[in-house]
Amino acid sequence: MNPAPAIGAGHESLPTILYLNGVTVSFDGFKALDNLSFYIRAGELRAVIGPNGAGKTTMMDVITGKTRPDAGEVFFDETVDLTKLDEARIANLGIGRKFQKPTVFENHTVFENLELALAGDRRALPALFFRLGPAERARIDAVLATTALAPVQDRAAGSLSHGQKQWLEIGMLLMQDPDLLLVDEPAAGMTDAETEQTARMLREIAASHSVVVVEHDMEFVRDLGCRVTVLHEGSVLAEGSLETVQANPRVVEVYLGR
Amino acid sequence: MAGWRPGFTHLLGDRGGLVLLTVLAAAAVLVPVLNLLVPPTAAFHVPTYLVSLLGKYLCYALLALSVDLVWGFCGILSLGHGAFFALGGYAMGMHLMRQIGTRGVYGHPVLPDFMVFLNWKELPWYWHGFDHFAFAALMVVLVPGLLAFLFGWFAFRSRVTGVYLSIITQAMTFALMLAFFRNNMGFGGNNGLTDFKDLLGFNLQADGTRAALFAASALMLAGGYALCRFVVNSRFGKVLVAIRDAESRARFLGYRVESYKLVVFTLSAVMAGVAGALYVPQVGIINPSEFSPANSIEVVIWVAVGGRGSLHGAVLGAVLVNYLKSYFTGALPDAWLFVLGGLFIAVTLFLPKGIVGTVPALGPGRCWKGIDAATTQLTRLFGGGRTQL
Ligand SMILES: Nc1ncnc2c1ncn2[C@@H]1O[C@H](COP(=O)(O)OP(=O)(O)OP(=O)(O)O)[C@@H](O)[C@H]1O
Ligand SMILES: [Mg+2]
Repeated sequence: MNPAPAIGAGHESLPTILYLNGVTVSFDGFKALDNLSFYIRAGELRAVIGPNGAGKTTMMDVITGKTRPDAGEVFFDETVDLTKLDEARIANLGIGRKFQKPTVFENHTVFENLELALAGDRRALPALFFRLGPAERARIDAVLATTALAPVQDRAAGSLSHGQKQWLEIGMLLMQDPDLLLVDEPAAGMTDAETEQTARMLREIAASHSVVVVEHDMEFVRDLGCRVTVLHEGSVLAEGSLETVQANPRVVEVYLGR
Repeated sequence: MAGWRPGFTHLLGDRGGLVLLTVLAAAAVLVPVLNLLVPPTAAFHVPTYLVSLLGKYLCYALLALSVDLVWGFCGILSLGHGAFFALGGYAMGMHLMRQIGTRGVYGHPVLPDFMVFLNWKELPWYWHGFDHFAFAALMVVLVPGLLAFLFGWFAFRSRVTGVYLSIITQAMTFALMLAFFRNNMGFGGNNGLTDFKDLLGFNLQADGTRAALFAASALMLAGGYALCRFVVNSRFGKVLVAIRDAESRARFLGYRVESYKLVVFTLSAVMAGVAGALYVPQVGIINPSEFSPANSIEVVIWVAVGGRGSLHGAVLGAVLVNYLKSYFTGALPDAWLFVLGGLFIAVTLFLPKGIVGTVPALGPGRCWKGIDAATTQLTRLFGGGRTQL
């Protein structure tokens, strides 16, 4: 579709933190991603929308190393080809992810979930002797405050409400302090008030990180107030501000045609 | 403040552990005293056969602890831990064989009886060094540890999990059993290693030696417990539980899941090996049947009965089930396998958290809660749609 710009093009602007080039993923012949190309600038907040099955989650799977593409490249920081690395390597490079279905460690407390996500040494043997210091404790407390989870910090994560789990997962992303955050449907199943608070949280995060948010909720996307990419059948259908995109007849057709 | 947090809500606080350690310390002193110093006619005398039987239970408990560490905390359902136990046992057995010296039936100064019987002229290379206790002790740790490391290296790296992993652990112990059955492997074939005389110069038939072995087993179990507790309470342990509950989430947080599994699997195998090494001098024999797949499955049942994911639960389960086994094989030998199978089914259906996870919840007057839980389980079962076993 849109011819992808060469890496580093437009040197007057910020560097590209994520660049997908011609990524194709097929499941038994069905192309979940079809020659998908687009890029995100460092520090950018980007919303990705698209009908069910458009390939949004699959795109995140490819970026985070869960799914290997059949073709194409994925560059992080303009130099690292992510398609060659495994999940743990990619995470440690500075890419964090929130899953579509909230995934937290249910038997650990909220506090422990955040502690496990805390950026730092991930090696097995040093973990035997790890002690939480005051600075780290303070960081966890800060995130507990941001995510409004302080009152439930000692509860098992499995006992949280759906919305709280979503926030906990966002909180875990914050603890990881990655350069790039991939957030899959953070507002799904939330009340309006929760959705608004989530948008506020993400904007706050986006002030100091690059963030890609997948979402269906147009109100939410409007609250984010950022550039929007529309995916359809595994490739980019349109890109621009929410208004431009919504005015695009092909986008209207795709959304109404379902 | 910076240390332990009351996080493992699904476990009991460590009260259970303190009780266990106290009981073990008391047993390590009392059982030998009641055996050696109290005259056989007195009511409190503990006969020597009982000392060894209890010692055997404690070795099983250490084995159960090792299985609980990988299964209960990291979700690795090993159905092959009997192999590590047996390898530790064989390493100890080889030392005990070398200690026999000229006292064997054939009186050969170097070769164990079975080798003389097979007309072997010299000791196979892998039997060298076992005449030294320190070397044998090292092998008790090294051989199971190395096997587990190699096994885990390949299995975890290729991301073999769940049922497939369980099946290959079974295959591993089965293959070892077949190998050890062969005479030309040099481990005594299907008779295994037996007729031991002494250990570190002490006669294995003597009451004092038996009492000492019992005490050593109790201390080793206490040490194993303390080690597991340390591991489980550390950040490492929290990552293990995270892997158990949401493996891919742990990966996306940057944890190298295969390294964690490899470390805990190897550690667990070493514990199983030590258990086997303490077991052999107390039962007086090690043979290939210790590798039989059914043995490894039994260990999993002990853990399930006691309470998967609870360290003292594993110990309790091992002792309890083996006590029942001793009782039934005496009273109703044919019934034992049915009892064991029934126990396993009953526990998975009605006590998914095992005894330890269920009994404390049933305080006085709270029994109904337990029955309620059991009924809910039943309804869910017969109402269809049971999603997990
Ligand atoms: N592992 C898989 N095997 C087979 N097909 C898959 C697999 N994963 C995804 N798909 C298919 O690929 C397509 C894209 O799926 P994906 O989950 O990326 O969509 P999505 O845009 O995230 O949709 P939604 O908005 O519903 O979350 C879908 O048709 C889906 O059925
Ligand atoms: Mg999706």
